Amino acid sequence: MCTYQTETVAIEGSGKGFPAWFPVTAATVCYDHPQHASAEHTLNLDFLNPARGPSARVAVELSAESARALAEAILASLPAG
Amino acid sequence: MAQVADALTAETIRIAGHGGDQVPAYLAQPLGEGSFGGVVVIHHAPGWDRWSKEVTRRFAASGYLAICPNLHFREGGDAGPDDSAAAVRAAGGVPDKRLVGDVDAAARQLRSLATSNGKVGVIGYCSGGRQAFLAACSLPLDAAVDCYGAGVTGVVPPQAPFRFEPIIGLAPQLSCPLLGLFGAEDRFPSPEHVAELEAELNRLGKTHEFHSYEGAGHAFFCVDRSSYRVEAALDGWARIDEWFGRYLNG
Repeated sequence: MCTYQTETVAIEGSGKGFPAWFPVTAATVCYDHPQHASAEHTLNLDFLNPARGPSARVAVELSAESARALAEAILASLPAG
Repeated sequence: MAQVADALTAETIRIAGHGGDQVPAYLAQPLGEGSFGGVVVIHHAPGWDRWSKEVTRRFAASGYLAICPNLHFREGGDAGPDDSAAAVRAAGGVPDKRLVGDVDAAARQLRSLATSNGKVGVIGYCSGGRQAFLAACSLPLDAAVDCYGAGVTGVVPPQAPFRFEPIIGLAPQLSCPLLGLFGAEDRFPSPEHVAELEAELNRLGKTHEFHSYEGAGHAFFCVDRSSYRVEAALDGWARIDEWFGRYLNG
């Protein structure tokens, strides 16, 4: 949480937060201290809609191993572009 | 340590921080007659959360006027501390100039209280550790405590782990004695980063005392996180009580 080395990507899609789905327009990615997960560092991925305020956020904190597996699964699932 | 207060009050007030912004600040103070030292608590990167407020009340229970400004409110508004912290992280952190303005306002608020003895110290955790050093080099304070603050020293590598610059160059302006508490297994700050800071304070003849705890990494004071290390935290609190007792009482 204190390195602030964050990658920001413009995205297009939807995310489900509380209380409902909302359009997501940005994603931030960093490997840093987590808020909740039990590890010193995690891959922190946020899907955001800044126009709707900071609570319009779908957040996950993943172990490095989990994050790599997820990234590979995402790439494997996509049609060749 | 000052007298122990069984009765205290705690509330959120507003203070005129950097740029005149009305910054929410959690104020805890012992009840009754007395002349108390003050402590500005700089919250950690996860935000103005329950633990930070518990720490603030702990200082009041130990006989200090204590205040913890919400450094993330400008990005976070009324959002919870985790969402606010994420917004600040995405923005690259709290600007140094803004931090100094907010801590200055918090210190002034403490000194303005009828029960203040006029002395104010600062303590910060995680990103707040660096910010405590920054405040102590920028404002007239009576004592400072840096709890595992990264980014005070070190060289910014090409894959910069920090968007903010090291601030070791401010050390000649350090206005008060500095206590440093670190985890020997922390990487930010690493033992090398801590050694660099201590060497510079030695060179400048600045009053300081550093302790690094084996078996502890970052955030070892946080009782609600897996990083909590009870032995380090208990000894650390004893050092803090002794430090503030020495420099903020009387």
